[in-house]
Amino acid sequence: MENEIITLGHGSGAGLTRELISDILKPTFDLLSLEDSVQIDENIVITTDSYVVNPLFFPGGNIGKLAVTGTVNDLAMKGARPAFLMMAFIIEEGLPLKDFRKIVSSIAKAAKESQVKIVAGDTKVVEKNRGDGIFITSSGVGYLPKGMYLGTDRIKPGNKILINGSIGDHAISVINARNNLGLEPAPKSDCASLHDLVIKITETGKVNFLRDATRGGVAAIMNEVVQETGYGIIINEKNLPVKENIEAVCELLGLDPLYLANEGKLTVFASDDHEDILRIMKKQETGKDSALIGEVTDEFTGVFLRTEIGSLRPILMIDSDPLPRIC
Amino acid sequence: MDKRFRDPLLIETLVKDINEYSSSLKIMEVCGSHTMSIGRWGIRKMIPKSIQLVSGPGCPVCVTPASLIDQLLEIDNITLAIFGDLMRVPGKNGSLEQARARGKDIRIVYSPLDALEIAREKETIFVGIGFETTIPGIAHSIIKAQQLKLSNFSVYPAGKLIPPALEFLLSQKDTILEGFILPGHVSVIIGEEAYDFLVKKFAIGGVITGFEPLDILISIKKLLDQKQKKQPLIDNEYKRVVSHKGNESAKKAIYRVFQPETSLWRGLGEIPDSGLGIKPEFSQFDARLKYSFPELENNEHPGCRCSDVLKGVISPPECKLFKKVCTPKNPLGSCMVSSEGSCAAYYKYEG
Amino acid sequence: MCLAIPGKIIGKDGEKGIIDLGGIRKEISLCFVPEAELGDWVIVHTGYALNMISEKDALETIELIRQAYG
Repeated sequence: MENEIITLGHGSGAGLTRELISDILKPTFDLLSLEDSVQIDENIVITTDSYVVNPLFFPGGNIGKLAVTGTVNDLAMKGARPAFLMMAFIIEEGLPLKDFRKIVSSIAKAAKESQVKIVAGDTKVVEKNRGDGIFITSSGVGYLPKGMYLGTDRIKPGNKILINGSIGDHAISVINARNNLGLEPAPKSDCASLHDLVIKITETGKVNFLRDATRGGVAAIMNEVVQETGYGIIINEKNLPVKENIEAVCELLGLDPLYLANEGKLTVFASDDHEDILRIMKKQETGKDSALIGEVTDEFTGVFLRTEIGSLRPILMIDSDPLPRIC
Repeated sequence: MDKRFRDPLLIETLVKDINEYSSSLKIMEVCGSHTMSIGRWGIRKMIPKSIQLVSGPGCPVCVTPASLIDQLLEIDNITLAIFGDLMRVPGKNGSLEQARARGKDIRIVYSPLDALEIAREKETIFVGIGFETTIPGIAHSIIKAQQLKLSNFSVYPAGKLIPPALEFLLSQKDTILEGFILPGHVSVIIGEEAYDFLVKKFAIGGVITGFEPLDILISIKKLLDQKQKKQPLIDNEYKRVVSHKGNESAKKAIYRVFQPETSLWRGLGEIPDSGLGIKPEFSQFDARLKYSFPELENNEHPGCRCSDVLKGVISPPECKLFKKVCTPKNPLGSCMVSSEGSCAAYYKYEG
Repeated sequence: MCLAIPGKIIGKDGEKGIIDLGGIRKEISLCFVPEAELGDWVIVHTGYALNMISEKDALETIELIRQAYG
């Protein structure tokens, strides 16, 4: 039974989102790419993204900070140096001015840290109950260094997959805040700009492809890469960085960290001699817990997890955001 | 998590041993969390194909009739507090998640106690699905609501009992099962003694099992041995939390608030004394009375063969609807509705 | 059907308990394990401790397995 309305699943970044894009958006627009950001000229990359997080404020950040780091990261995933951002606000009538001021100052702070300028914007107000506090659309422009090209077509069998730190932090932070789970201390989001780390590792020339692990988590990226390349991927569970407390909370709620959203993590597909890149990543503030988590193979297709007990099992694409469960 | 029960070296040797058994085995893992564990650890691929694991009815989402979703959505101006598991079960007019997208106040709670908190401000129905593991907590929340005089709080009693379901399954002529991986956490409450009837009445054994990979593999080995020795018995692999009598104070709480009644199990039909209704003393917290809910209906899709899957008579691909019409995205029956159902697990892991 | 995890009691106030989840604390109800003390491990489901975890039994179980398969 297909329900003819948009549901929350369509916004989760997983299976249903892809369907929306492939069934309605792609056939209608002149999309240059289905990726988050796109190169439109010899050295210009642009991107746009909307931020609808609930709650607006959570430990480790807020919707304003996210609107900067998320868009900066989308540009960085192409190897571009982020330069300008534009912010469009849709504000719900009744949002306290002090909250708006906090959000705006977070945007300014994050922009400064990310070395980008907020150069244009727009503001609209909608009636109460039509807006969830505030929605932010953030568009960005970045410049590609000469010769820089990152894409799934550069990925080859034998490529190693790296990540810059622990997974699941952002999702658990938001789930705790949203559902009043009462976890103390409240887990912090990993919300951060990754442009510095990206500049350093792309300078080696050994990086083939980057993608940030936002909605859908590491599982979504791996499945997308496999779909685009036809290769296989094995992820090693024992190398996956997961904080002890996040692992415990995931077990409590029945969530799998592989599917959880992050806002300060990226996966790196690198040529075989990856130790160099790992070393560089670990020197960065945003990469202290970097790890080699997997590799690409042409021996089969599909995404698999080598579990910590040595067995192999598939990591499938799921349709929508994982929910806490009791069973 | 107890990492000792994930020791890869012990598991490797144990798996080798299991693969040396020549006999076939068809067992039911009763509990949805076992189905999840088995999938998460890749256990199906570690054991020989001659060992068949049938996913049982121990999945609250799988066995709750879809008409409950429809009924809950008919009440206006109410907050529904639910466990996350229920969010995406499709009803006639969509799921609770879709209804929330349309503006209904539906909130996921981790504990029945969280629902009590919501009820301090809003008129709330807590949907009490679950088995003996979950029901004591639900009972406690009702007792607390009475102490606090929380008139905004009510519970839709949708709890179900496992032993009557197992008895029902084994009483069907065509059920083919040779043993059970028994639900570890339900057993924490009801104890080893609750399963004696399996051996006494049906000469079928079971092993009360924990949820780590070593727990599950050891239990499979134990069931293989039981078959080989032709000695069905109730064994307890999960002694670290399960005792002979279970948890008396939890059992007391259940029967202080609830009384057994006939219950409709999606995929199986009506089973006497397998559900729990709220006793008259607590009737003010009974959402079924407060909002005059009608009886739940069994409107299964014609051609749905969930009951045969649950009895071990067929495996998922033998159902004509499997994969062609009935998929995880468009589930038609209980075995596909939750990712723990037999058909959903098969779809995911066997392709 | 039942996601339950082990939690160590690091705080207790009558029926209310606090368990430690790798450094994060969560409040739960100890109403079904009145005998539980600080430092005990309990099995937790939907905000309730359902029973004590016996380390002695855990050790025995794992020891039996180790003897057979170690």
